Amino acid sequence: MTIELRAVTHRFGERVVLRDVDLVLAEQRIGIVGANGSGKSTLARLLNGLVVPTQGRVLVDGLDTAREGAAVRRRVGFVFTDPDAQIVMPTVAEDVAFSLRRSELGRAARAARVNETLSRFGLAGHADHPAHLLSGGQKQLLALAAVLVTEPAVLVCDEPTTLLDARNARRVAALLAGLPQQVVLVTHHLDHVAGFDRVLVVDEGTVVADGPPAAALPAYARLLDEVDRAEPADAVGGVPPP
Amino acid sequence: MIGLYVPGDSPLHRARAGVKLAVLAVLLLVVSLVPSPWVLGAGLALLVAASAVSGVGAPAVLGQLRPLLWVLVFVVVVQIWLAGPLAAGRVAASLVLAVGAAGLVTLTTRTQELLDALVTALRPLRHLGVDPDRAGLVLALAVRAVPVLAGLAAEVRQARVARGADRSVRAFAVPLVIRSLRYADRLGEALAARGVDD
Repeated sequence: MTIELRAVTHRFGERVVLRDVDLVLAEQRIGIVGANGSGKSTLARLLNGLVVPTQGRVLVDGLDTAREGAAVRRRVGFVFTDPDAQIVMPTVAEDVAFSLRRSELGRAARAARVNETLSRFGLAGHADHPAHLLSGGQKQLLALAAVLVTEPAVLVCDEPTTLLDARNARRVAALLAGLPQQVVLVTHHLDHVAGFDRVLVVDEGTVVADGPPAAALPAYARLLDEVDRAEPADAVGGVPPP
Repeated sequence: MIGLYVPGDSPLHRARAGVKLAVLAVLLLVVSLVPSPWVLGAGLALLVAASAVSGVGAPAVLGQLRPLLWVLVFVVVVQIWLAGPLAAGRVAASLVLAVGAAGLVTLTTRTQELLDALVTALRPLRHLGVDPDRAGLVLALAVRAVPVLAGLAAEVRQARVARGADRSVRAFAVPLVIRSLRYADRLGEALAARGVDD
């Protein structure tokens, strides 16, 4: 599926978070990297219409996210950083079933789809368990299962491994890598996008590097070095000494 | 309802949520209207039998009654003082029966089935402007929010203690409200992403 951003600018109040972005995203695996506050999460949210651009257009398979948001969201699933905010039903199976509430499947087919999805994500044994008692890794797997049960063509993930330990982060990354869907992954874990088809580096609201990981990731490393040299105190979130 | 469902295949588990809720309503109505020792005794016997049939186990059923304990003690003491031991026994039995029966319904019914029953029950009110699906979703979110907010409160309490402000109400309330609002904001975004308003 092709996602097109045409001259997209987005502001939150007076603050410009994305500036004049033109992109055509057609690759199967696309990574987005950048510092906190660089605009990468806003860029991700534009892709399924969660955020509508202040200027410009975002087209998903030809559908304008501003006018056909519902149709876009049926095609593009979204996974957030914090699964606790994404899980809306009390138990594991109920949360996955919630995604199918408007599906045309019958009750039995729906239950079968839920069971099959839970098995695929290693959650079958937890179907009737309270979602809040799952581990962090299991919660993120549940969040993924709840999105993928609707079989979207594209999956956009906004730092899905940030809150996970190394083992669970690796597990989620491996799972994303093996999906048949087109995946757009926003992450700080550069190793998770090293095998991707394309990586975008976002800095101060613009895409400053775009290409295969072998070219884009070193460009990002150089950018970080430049920032470190220019603002040594800011690089660790501190304030300059008096 | 907060994930208290105990999986099983008993007749109680298999019964439809709407039927269980209707039986519960009738039981509570009868006990309220005819609170005789015979009716209450029969009701309690029925509760014990239903609990045994359900197979959820005595600890799970008794666990439903545990939060009631102090209320029960208070009510019984007040009732003995005001109306005598017979009335106190009647009130105590009614309370145990009501909470125990409601708890048994919760233990043997998935939340989704309870919500579906609620949505079905509210459907006739649609022409009065009530949106049954929205009401069901609101209830589900409320149920889901309880453990999340309890977790946030625990984290804020720990942070307060770690910073040596363990007696400050402000140091507890302000971050809790801010984090709760942030959670609500993220939840809203997640619901939009899952097509709730589409």
